[in-house]
Amino acid sequence: MPQFSFILNGGRVTVDCPGDLRMLWVLNDLLGVRGPKYGCGVGVCQACTCHVNGKAFNACSVPVSQIKPTDRITTIEGLAASVGKPLHPVQQAWLDHDVAQCGYCQPGQIMAATAKIRQIKAQGRSVTDADLDEIRNVCRCGTYPRIRKAIKQAASQM
Amino acid sequence: MGERTIVGTDAGPGTSGISRRRFVGYLIAGPTLVAGAQLGTTAAAKAAIPTVQPVDLYDLSDLLTDATRPTANLITITVNADGTVSFAMPRAEVGQGITTAAAMTIAEEMDVPVSKVRVTLADARPELVWNQITGGSNTMHAIFTPIRTAAAIARGALLEAAADQLGVSTGELTIRDGVISAPGGRTIPIGSLSEAAAVSADVTVRAQLKPRSAFTVVGKPQRRVDALDIVTGRKKFALDAAVANAKPTMVCRPPTINGSARAVRNLAQVQAMPGITDVAIIPHSKHVPGGVAVRGETFGQCIDAVRALSVDWAPGPAAGKSDATVLADLARAELPMTPPVNLLAKTIDKRFTFHFRPGDPLETNTAVANVRPDRAEIWSSLKTPIWAQEQLALDLGLPVTSVKVHVTEGGGSFGRHLFADAAFEAAAISKKLGKPVRLLWHRADSFRQGRVHPMTTSRVRATYLGDNVLAFDQRNTAVATDWGHGFGELLSALGSTTPVTNLGYSQLVFGLTANVPYDFGIVSQLLNEVYDPTVFNTSSVRNVYSPDVTTPRELLIDQLARAMGKDAYQFRRSFLRDARMRAVLDKVAQAGNWGRAMPAGTAQGIGVHREYKGFCAVLVEIDCRPATVSRAIPNAFTGPRVTKAVCAVDVGLPINPLGLEAQMMGGIMDGIGQALTYSLHLKDGSFLEHSWDAAFYTRQWNTPGDLQVIVMPPTTDDPGGAGEFSVAPSMAATACAYARATGTLPTTFPINHGRANLGFTPAPTVPPVPASPTDGLSKAY
Repeated sequence: MPQFSFILNGGRVTVDCPGDLRMLWVLNDLLGVRGPKYGCGVGVCQACTCHVNGKAFNACSVPVSQIKPTDRITTIEGLAASVGKPLHPVQQAWLDHDVAQCGYCQPGQIMAATAKIRQIKAQGRSVTDADLDEIRNVCRCGTYPRIRKAIKQAASQM
Repeated sequence: MGERTIVGTDAGPGTSGISRRRFVGYLIAGPTLVAGAQLGTTAAAKAAIPTVQPVDLYDLSDLLTDATRPTANLITITVNADGTVSFAMPRAEVGQGITTAAAMTIAEEMDVPVSKVRVTLADARPELVWNQITGGSNTMHAIFTPIRTAAAIARGALLEAAADQLGVSTGELTIRDGVISAPGGRTIPIGSLSEAAAVSADVTVRAQLKPRSAFTVVGKPQRRVDALDIVTGRKKFALDAAVANAKPTMVCRPPTINGSARAVRNLAQVQAMPGITDVAIIPHSKHVPGGVAVRGETFGQCIDAVRALSVDWAPGPAAGKSDATVLADLARAELPMTPPVNLLAKTIDKRFTFHFRPGDPLETNTAVANVRPDRAEIWSSLKTPIWAQEQLALDLGLPVTSVKVHVTEGGGSFGRHLFADAAFEAAAISKKLGKPVRLLWHRADSFRQGRVHPMTTSRVRATYLGDNVLAFDQRNTAVATDWGHGFGELLSALGSTTPVTNLGYSQLVFGLTANVPYDFGIVSQLLNEVYDPTVFNTSSVRNVYSPDVTTPRELLIDQLARAMGKDAYQFRRSFLRDARMRAVLDKVAQAGNWGRAMPAGTAQGIGVHREYKGFCAVLVEIDCRPATVSRAIPNAFTGPRVTKAVCAVDVGLPINPLGLEAQMMGGIMDGIGQALTYSLHLKDGSFLEHSWDAAFYTRQWNTPGDLQVIVMPPTTDDPGGAGEFSVAPSMAATACAYARATGTLPTTFPINHGRANLGFTPAPTVPPVPASPTDGLSKAY
């Protein structure tokens, strides 16, 4: 069985598995990292969103063989530590606006929002409603309006 | 040790003629504190108005609450030595916020901080009989007073124990933030009294509840108690249950709804695939969806195995059915309208179609099962765990006491978890394989084989003369809603196992929820259903019948107002018969600036709804201008956009306004989706949709930028329901706004259902699930 190695939430991990196994299952089933959630398995719902080198990706849609040993993978469990705080500003904004309902999609929402804000800030502009309209993460509980408010707050604090 | 448990009970109606509102319970013998409670009574609404419907006197909330009365005595609260208070709630938390509301209620009555209250979900407890079903948005209505009573008795026992220790009278003591204070500055934290306050024999106790005027927690905004766990990824769901060797398991499902596997043609080949430990046929039955189960080291390898299977399938009972054939069957089952009441009167008749809608939560059906020859243990999000436990015992040939059913927190429900599909299926697979399993449904299966809101047609007729409405008729005809879970335990579930009694359940619930809150003279609303409930997989999807009752009614009211030359808001106002309903309507009209001038192609709409002991009104503004309708977002159905929504809700006593606002918000997203975009297309016995980019639930690009929820001040001393409430009025308001903006009355819902271009490419049904993509990195941002 091939071995794959990468940096997960700041620590090196190595797994023995087929190279086409998607990262979601490497994280959930082999490494016991269960924050990234299965919601569709086809890169649509975005519940499994994690970061690779700070960029958001759908873990269900990336074979582990495409991850390099130097790649830094961050899941919701490692998000706060990535900024050296008990909570990332996006997580804090989620608490301030009491965004979550069932909470199943929220790890993915938070990881997506974090990357989206970074991307917009890198472009030297502030978050617009058109930006928010492009977020694809599904929330069946319908927390979208609070997500929008929380992202605007977090963007002002990041 | 170091704990006291409080038991709530129902002392029953007072027999001495004095008020039934006496709160009686017990301190229960044990090493730690134990106490009890009486359920609050629900006074029947007095209907001093011309139109009197069953709902005015006795509605679904009353039925569910009455069903719980005889057994409410088994609710327990525990005071721990560390100063925390625990409550194992016999209900399912699926995002609706009842753990938070229960924690607030206990905190209020005991004067402990909300952060010190631990609310967990109780395992299935068959002795509770009817008191462990989560449905009808009834939880807080049913358990508010028992929880308060138990908490109040605990508080009293703690005060007495403190008074003994301090040598003062209880009247000199106060409790604040979980600490008891005596004159002179002496304090005792409640945790250190948990043993001292215990009793050695059961004692009956009368509880004094706080008056509403003294509330400092109930009625104030409170964030969710599980919010920190959620945002850090720590919140546990069913698949997170720690069960050794419960390996990932999925099922290859049939190409038609409720089909079954006859044989696997390539069993050896699939069994030899990497990571796969087991492959087995699981027969389809009433309770077990079934197909071919695969168990392996990872879900990714299970998906590969499911896709590789070559199966000989027997068609299901829906084989050959499509939207058109079901509609034709519905048309044949329509009940007649009431004969004309006055030959001089005019009538307006309309007919509406509501297509199948998914009941999908974001967490698909999941369960962990460990079935052994002599016992079984299951973990799943279950709203009817007692029925699940009893039915599992029957299916597995085990005594009920040997089947342990754990209720895990659910990633949404929307009615789907009233059934135990995943639990039954996981148990069947675990039994067959003789191994523990961790079962996950694929999303494609969830849309195609999961439970749905049944297709429904609604005919409405208003008969009017001059300025009076003489009669209102509504005839809904629907694919059967499955009530196979009964009232959450086996006996009533068995009562709904034949089509005749299932229709009885349907008509009971329809009759207890359908209503016309207007003075429209003679009102008649009837339901008929087609098909045995095993043909399609249906359930009481969020708000059950109400969206398809309310939307036709509110659309017709706009037509009626126009025919009479009246403003739609003023018309509603003048015919509404309840002051609380008028108050929420006035509120949205005022806050939403009803009647403001708007550009062509945009408009406002209003819908009202009465259910769950409360009143709700929603006003929306919609933009149907071409530039908006055709706005481009990749792989998205955009269409008309609701740009603004204003909701006012009166639930009697709001426990947590912040949580209530969240439920209204979610219901509005649901209502918008059901009005405009969210449905399933039935073709050749299968649904075409397989992903969230095919079944168009509301997404960010459909979300109103301006949302306002107004929680009305308390109007009663009891909380009504919240979890489903705003779905019907927001769907109705959206439909009404669309009609006004476009000048075309929509008669098919969702409005986009019949479009020529589906907006997605249907995925094959064989294999039943799509392969996971491999291009995720190229889309990273």
